[in-house]
Amino acid sequence: MTETPARRSAPPALPSALGRGGTATVLLILVLIFVVIATQNPSFFQGPPLMAFAKKAAPLVILAVGQYLVIVSGEFDLSVGSLVGAQVVIAARLIDGEEGMTLPVIVLMLAFGVLVGLVNGLVTTFLGVPSIITTLGMMLVLFGAVRFWTGGAPTGSLSEAFRVPGRGGIEDLPFLGQLPWAALIALALTVGAVFLMRSPFGRSLMATGDNDVAAAFSGVRVRRVRILAFVGSALMATVAAILIGGYAGVTAQVGQGLEFTAITAVVLGGVVLGGGRGTVVAAALGALTVEALFTLFNQLYLPSTIQPSVQGLIIIAAVAYAARRGDLRPPGRPRRRPDHEPEREPGTPRR
Amino acid sequence: MSAPPASPPATVRALWARTGTTGLVYLALGLLLVLSTLYVASRGENLFTTANTVDLFTRSSLLGFLAIGQTLVILCRSLDLSVGYVAALSTVVAATVMAGDPARVPLGIAATLGLAALIGLANGTVVTWLRVNPFIATLGTGLIIKGYLDTNFQGPAGAIPSAFQAFGYTRIGVFPVSTLVMLVLAGAAVVFLHRTRTGYHMYAVGGDAEVARLSGVRDRVPVITAHVLCSMTAGMAGLLLASRFGTGSALVYNNGYELEAIAAVVLGGTYLLGGRGGVAGTIAGVFILATLDTVFNVLAVDPFVKDVLRGVIVITAVAIYARGRPSRSAVRVRFPSGGPPPPAPPSDPGAAPAPVTSGTEGGGR
Repeated sequence: MTETPARRSAPPALPSALGRGGTATVLLILVLIFVVIATQNPSFFQGPPLMAFAKKAAPLVILAVGQYLVIVSGEFDLSVGSLVGAQVVIAARLIDGEEGMTLPVIVLMLAFGVLVGLVNGLVTTFLGVPSIITTLGMMLVLFGAVRFWTGGAPTGSLSEAFRVPGRGGIEDLPFLGQLPWAALIALALTVGAVFLMRSPFGRSLMATGDNDVAAAFSGVRVRRVRILAFVGSALMATVAAILIGGYAGVTAQVGQGLEFTAITAVVLGGVVLGGGRGTVVAAALGALTVEALFTLFNQLYLPSTIQPSVQGLIIIAAVAYAARRGDLRPPGRPRRRPDHEPEREPGTPRR
Repeated sequence: MSAPPASPPATVRALWARTGTTGLVYLALGLLLVLSTLYVASRGENLFTTANTVDLFTRSSLLGFLAIGQTLVILCRSLDLSVGYVAALSTVVAATVMAGDPARVPLGIAATLGLAALIGLANGTVVTWLRVNPFIATLGTGLIIKGYLDTNFQGPAGAIPSAFQAFGYTRIGVFPVSTLVMLVLAGAAVVFLHRTRTGYHMYAVGGDAEVARLSGVRDRVPVITAHVLCSMTAGMAGLLLASRFGTGSALVYNNGYELEAIAAVVLGGTYLLGGRGGVAGTIAGVFILATLDTVFNVLAVDPFVKDVLRGVIVITAVAIYARGRPSRSAVRVRFPSGGPPPPAPPSDPGAAPAPVTSGTEGGGR
């Protein structure tokens, strides 16, 4: 928080910004990957393939934006992958092919998302459970509960209307062909999140992630802000679930591992784990970069099983690169008061 | 263990805090055993048949290996999410190196543990020197291993000679040998943490790396050591799995061992942010989880409900510990049993005497 305003008001010269590990860096990487893709497959930029890419990448962008809200407030949300899976299965089971059920079920899914986010947030803030454990537990609970409910394998089917956001789009555009709804939704949510982060709430969120004690002393309601971040993440996961369900249909594996892909994307965007640093746009660009990299692998005919390895390398390299910048605070280790602090501050927020 | 009488209140409170947490965990374990025995009995079953007891111990041995290592890492305020993948890789390495030949068993064990140690070294180095968040670093390592395993080992690989399979199946009375080995290892870990300099330094670094460094502790060494040891225990878990399966199976990483190990550590009262807790509590946590699993099995609970219950139990346990610790500083006396206690309450944390005292303490041991 201390550096951000200065950095924003006076944008540094481009070359130094490129090496900074922020938005510019991830943009550079994205452009590089696109260039390589273009050399492999020159037709990639002819509209339809690009739009297909956008459609495929949209859910991850949305998940990354949701994960960004939580990470920037200094927490983790590992439950999003399970939540996506749960929501898709819920949708299939409740809609069961009936068109009329589409809208009510979507409303119900959003409500369920809010509920999951609230539970995550309340348990993390009021019960003082570290968010890794809370959301891991939530991941197990959702995973088990949904499978128990459906008897192990997803049942039912989605309606055509439900599949429109994930599959459809504005058809017959001149050059582009189809402009997918998914891409528009992702774009709208990203822009919305950008404005959210500029609002008082966004500033409070950033301040909370940077130093929650200082934020609390400056009048931020740290707990409420964090709970809202979890709710935001769960809602984003719900929207992503609608898109993924529409795009890929219902399987038992939907959503598996998505939380880690989303975290990879956010981290690749230079958002610092532990909170307080990074931008929405960078997180969204990180998601695009991860997806572009997977596309590139497909084009190079690399086995898809190697994707996890690459994801692992990226995630380590990105965080190491961000840590290299010489921050006094190692990322992920929240700044705390010294241990010898006299024990006379009841009611201070956790940490 | 005998504390110098210099500052009784602090020492007494610290001892109470430590035995208090561990005692609480063992109390919970005892309570759980009694309750589940009664509940299972009310359903007309017997929890302590030989088969069930062996099942309980067998479950606890595998989880125990993983959780002991994880405890060391968490004490250092780090985390290891790669243990499941390391265990899976270890089954494959052990089975392919041994290749069914009893003479190659020592070689197989050495290769497995050596490779595991190297992975741990990589984890520790990335965490300390590259300053990567341990969560991300070990997740990354795990994903790298997963990609390697997925690409190269679709099915079972190699073979374990029957001589080594005995490690997985032999038992003395109701005690499987693997459980005894695990308990011996746990004992060694307790001694390591409470009797060696590196062990003390782990607590110090986990409590506050910066203060430890200012006190003359090389703050990277304990973290790297913990990661190496953690990966090696994961390697042992892999050896155990391989000896039970009789072959290398890459897909065991799907079982979510890393989460279960973390759950056991946290249930055992080790503080997730480092510096407090110990292996003794972890073993109780392991037995709590193993007991729950056995009870679920006896009662034929739906496996998916098991996941739900496990998630709820872990969150609840951590919430209870967080509750019992209203003020963080109240329980953070760092060196309860070794060396002189910190000089009378330094109101200024950066006061000069602290490094000097701790420095002589470190050198004197």
